[in-house]
Amino acid sequence: MRWINITLGLIFTGVLGFWGTREVISDPVYFLELLLGGITRGSIYALIALGYTMVYGIIQLINFAHGEIYMIGAMTALIVASVMGLWGWNSAVIAILAVVFAIVYSCAYGFTVEKIAYKPLRNAPRLSALISAIGMSLFLQNYVMLAQTPEFLPFKSLIPDFLFWEPYAHIITSVELSIIIVTIIVMILLGILIKFTTIGKAMRATAQDKVMAALLGINVNQVISTTFVVGSATAAIGGVLIACHVGQINFFIGFLAGLKAFIAAVLGGIGSVPGAVLGSLVLGISESFFTGYFWSEYEDVFAFSILVIILIFRPSGILGKHETQKV
Amino acid sequence: MEPILNVENLTMIFGGLKALNNVNITIEQGQIAALIGPNGAGKTTFFNCITGIYEPTTGDVTITPPGKSSQSLKGLKPNQVTQKGLARTFQNIRLFQGMTVLENVMIGRHCRMKAGIFGALFHTHAQKNEEKKAIYDSYEILEKIGLEQYVNEMAKNLPYGAQRRLEIARALATDPFLLLLDEPAAGMNPQETKELDDLIIWLRDNENLSILLIEHDMKLVMSLSDKIHVVDYGKKIAQGNPEEVKSNPEVIKAYLGDESEDA
Repeated sequence: MRWINITLGLIFTGVLGFWGTREVISDPVYFLELLLGGITRGSIYALIALGYTMVYGIIQLINFAHGEIYMIGAMTALIVASVMGLWGWNSAVIAILAVVFAIVYSCAYGFTVEKIAYKPLRNAPRLSALISAIGMSLFLQNYVMLAQTPEFLPFKSLIPDFLFWEPYAHIITSVELSIIIVTIIVMILLGILIKFTTIGKAMRATAQDKVMAALLGINVNQVISTTFVVGSATAAIGGVLIACHVGQINFFIGFLAGLKAFIAAVLGGIGSVPGAVLGSLVLGISESFFTGYFWSEYEDVFAFSILVIILIFRPSGILGKHETQKV
Repeated sequence: MEPILNVENLTMIFGGLKALNNVNITIEQGQIAALIGPNGAGKTTFFNCITGIYEPTTGDVTITPPGKSSQSLKGLKPNQVTQKGLARTFQNIRLFQGMTVLENVMIGRHCRMKAGIFGALFHTHAQKNEEKKAIYDSYEILEKIGLEQYVNEMAKNLPYGAQRRLEIARALATDPFLLLLDEPAAGMNPQETKELDDLIIWLRDNENLSILLIEHDMKLVMSLSDKIHVVDYGKKIAQGNPEEVKSNPEVIKAYLGDESEDA
């Protein structure tokens, strides 16, 4: 059986490689556009997937309300930017304040959701917490729909078209460039936070062994809250960036983005932070190529097919540890 | 002088099982005490009740840290108990495997630090100093325990005996006045056990610590302990110095009376 798999894999890779090389040679600019578009897409997925994977790493919960936190970030930025735009403030000030408000609001929501919906279920079976997460997701969607509007709202980009970037703008726009750069900065900061700071150590310790961490004097509840807050902050940044890119938002954008980011986190190995970034990039780039070279209508079908394929062949993801664990 | 740990009428009931039944134990400052008993006697449950992992059904746990006034541990969470100055290790090794030796000890310093998420994000001056001090203190502890050559090694790559000692080092990092060791010599060879023996005595004499240990290695218990408490089926059946306990008929019965149990 094994050699059949290997042969099939080689044939598939060979055909794909041959075809791919021909396409790249015939139109290299288009290829580059798709690649960069994919990286942009992947960056956004990564900003959301981080929250999923960090929360899963620490309390083994798939936080389905996470996509909604991202949507709330985008909504807050829109409201703040519109109000300040009316006051006629400088656009750079508006952009910064909108992002700050979006982060603060999303963090507040992330923190509250954890306290209301997950903390009381800390020792309950995992399924209960999962249902609670889905409930929270539906609640937040409908709450925003009622409090704001069910319509799509136009989102004026907070990022200007950079003049110096003009010659390359046909390959990758200023907004896309900003998305990639901001994502890289956020990743680096997050890496430092987890690897070197006291709270990062406490997070890693709590993820490994909650009882032992508590016995060493770590306030586990506080660490879990911090994890939610950090994940919400990155999701808010993602929300603002994608809103700038797409140009319109409504209460429902968090649902699909959240699911895609979830696929990315599973693809990379849920619970692993580098895995979430890698999985997001792989998903973003392959989606971009798929829509660019094949059928753009089947973008979501493709993404979910990937999820099914990973779950069958490599359930622990690309960087996930192999462990036989009952879920 | 007040005993530093005073456990009164501690009872822990799981469903229909009385895991602990009216246990009274006191520990004096500077004492090495041992808690022994056949398997399943309730020793680890006793530790769990004191350190806040279980909430005892009834009973009081009072501590009197040296130079401070007495206080009850009732209803405190494990991290709060640790902050009061009790530190413990487990029967099985529970190190943070994917972290370095130094990081493991630094986690223990965590509860003595103040900085939170904002300090971490904005990297304030106070935070930097505090972190530097934590590294310095942790290294000092590793030196005392004799693990400084492993400082940047991953915890999982250490030899078994060193992992056991690292657990003690990590517990020391929380700055305790009472150290609770759950089978510290489990799985050790005679040479490692001897070194552990020396380490525990050294800790009492130089670090001003009191120690309560659960142990099955009777040679270690008898040579080390100032006082031994014996439990069986959740009940305390004897206490005293090693000589008294060795000759106590109740203890002999608990250990040898039933052939199906081994000590």
